[in-house]
Amino acid sequence: MEKQSDLLLDIQHLHTAYRLHGKFYDAADDINITLKRDEILSVVGESGCGKSTIAASIIGLYDHKNTKVTGDILYNELNLVGLNEALFNKIRGNKIGMIFQDPLASLNPLMRVGDQVAETLYYHTDMNEKARHERVIELFNQVGMPKPEEMYSMYPHELSGGLRQRVVIAMAVACKPEIIIADEPTTALDVTIQAQILDLLEDIQKQSHSGIILITHDLGVVAETADEVAVMYGGQIVEKADVKTIFSHPLHPYTRSLLNSMPQSDDESEDLHVIQGTVPSLQNMPRTGDRFAPRIPWIPESDHEENPTMHEVEPGHWVRCICWKTFHFQDQDAAVSGE
Amino acid sequence: MWKTILRRFLVMIPQIIILSFLVFVLAKMMPGDPFSGQINPNTDPKQLAALKQAAGLNDPIPVQYGRWVGNLFRGDLGTSYIQHVPVVSLIADRAVNTFWLSLLSTIITYAISIPMGITAGRHQDEWQDQAVEIFNYVTYAVPPFVFYILAIWLFGFTLGWFPISGSVSANASGFWGVIGSQFYHMLLPAILTALVTTTGIVQYLRTGIVDNKVEDYVRTAHSKGVPENVVFNKHILRNSLLPIASNFGTVITGLLSGSMIIESVFSYPGMGKLFLDSISQRDYTTLTALILIFGILTLLGNLLSDIIMSIVDPRIRIK
Repeated sequence: MEKQSDLLLDIQHLHTAYRLHGKFYDAADDINITLKRDEILSVVGESGCGKSTIAASIIGLYDHKNTKVTGDILYNELNLVGLNEALFNKIRGNKIGMIFQDPLASLNPLMRVGDQVAETLYYHTDMNEKARHERVIELFNQVGMPKPEEMYSMYPHELSGGLRQRVVIAMAVACKPEIIIADEPTTALDVTIQAQILDLLEDIQKQSHSGIILITHDLGVVAETADEVAVMYGGQIVEKADVKTIFSHPLHPYTRSLLNSMPQSDDESEDLHVIQGTVPSLQNMPRTGDRFAPRIPWIPESDHEENPTMHEVEPGHWVRCICWKTFHFQDQDAAVSGE
Repeated sequence: MWKTILRRFLVMIPQIIILSFLVFVLAKMMPGDPFSGQINPNTDPKQLAALKQAAGLNDPIPVQYGRWVGNLFRGDLGTSYIQHVPVVSLIADRAVNTFWLSLLSTIITYAISIPMGITAGRHQDEWQDQAVEIFNYVTYAVPPFVFYILAIWLFGFTLGWFPISGSVSANASGFWGVIGSQFYHMLLPAILTALVTTTGIVQYLRTGIVDNKVEDYVRTAHSKGVPENVVFNKHILRNSLLPIASNFGTVITGLLSGSMIIESVFSYPGMGKLFLDSISQRDYTTLTALILIFGILTLLGNLLSDIIMSIVDPRIRIK
């Protein structure tokens, strides 16, 4: 499984806390992940689990007054946590490219899309205007946009959703960044377009040998593209392994529940599995014990760790808490999916 | 973009026709006629009837309307029955005064409100924002005439910094002397008008900035490594100025129609004061002409707003 090992990003003990009514609450709690060259790391979880918080922390885009970030985000020995803005602006868009969820909202409605891509080049290269224009056309070709010359002078509202996302991708990869963070890049798109965009991301990665952090709630996307997977619940990573292991031997109750709630095309008779309860809000999140425990109440409290930590059960396969050893589905004991 | 403007212009034609019809009918529906109240009660009713006949007031309404519109096209707005001069010349003098006063107050309005709106939006909820908020509350809540009278008392009467009535002083001489005197007369009313007009613009701009700051495209700009200042000026500010641009036409119209209150308080011979005087003197011809002009100005103001919008916002252009 080990690929050409070249560490791009080393995140250690990352805590990101937001201020709510005067108190700080950890939205990302003790995150430890690494990203290697040529790797797609997928961070997966429900809305509000803290996956986008990780992206915002890496690229340093959060409300500095109401957010507290501690821990280390090491990029080439450079700690991005607390890095000054001027230096950070040399990295953003240049070494780290970011792709967002809603391509229409992500583009400035008053600027021609070509100019928006060229803006990245303006701040990170010494190309002149003509060279930037040519590079944008080249990028538009690369991301598969028809008639790139015409597209250059279009405004975001004149393009389709798929084309807009291609523009956003062109913007993110304009400076050939080593790290690409894609935050739900296909969520706002049609299913048919989703596959094209994912293929495009993989193509770009193959050419540039960058590392991609793919944030998604869509397990289908994970299965199709990811190399490594980190499953998040309540601000914590609950299970971390390579994609094969996650889908074939999921251990943590949350991962198993998540996989069980995926519709399977081959058994139409079965009702879809539903995880009981809802994700607690940031303020109501239990701060001690297993955070998922309230949603699997049939597992006795004694089966959980008091302060669950990550255990390496197999090389490269990490699981939080020991409750996975006794976990079973309440109604369908044997129906553990996976194989 | 030319298509948008042309289409928008064509829409204005029926609007003006309807407007002229309404103005005419309203004038006809008003009680009395130009002669009532103006003529010695001992006048022979026959003579009065002859006068009415001569003025064409006995013709059928459509004929009168046709004649009125025909005259309009020849630039004839009728003759004031009170002042006994053509309405056109009456309005022309006042319009020039109002135009310069409006221009000056528009410039002052934007010169004050845009920096204030930017400061408030940029420093949302900080002391700068709160200071602007207090200014807004005061200028918006206190009735304008209270300001005007206070200002006349303080700056005109007590301190003697500004003249408090008229548009030019009688002893001004020479080209630059007259211009200087006119400017001096305009200054205080223009500043005061500006102060009470700023509120809306400041609030639009502040809200625009506060809303746009958290938009996704701003995050995108940051993620490209664009420096904070550039993100603000190039991305946030441009989008926040859209409502200001669309408001511009309306502001211009409002100012060109003249402020009845400021012109009356300062006895400034402009359109607003003429309008008020015409009402109190029952000068129907002048009144009708003014209402028509104000109506057309409003339509032109809206047209101007739309043209500005189609220039600054690519989303509303017609292909």
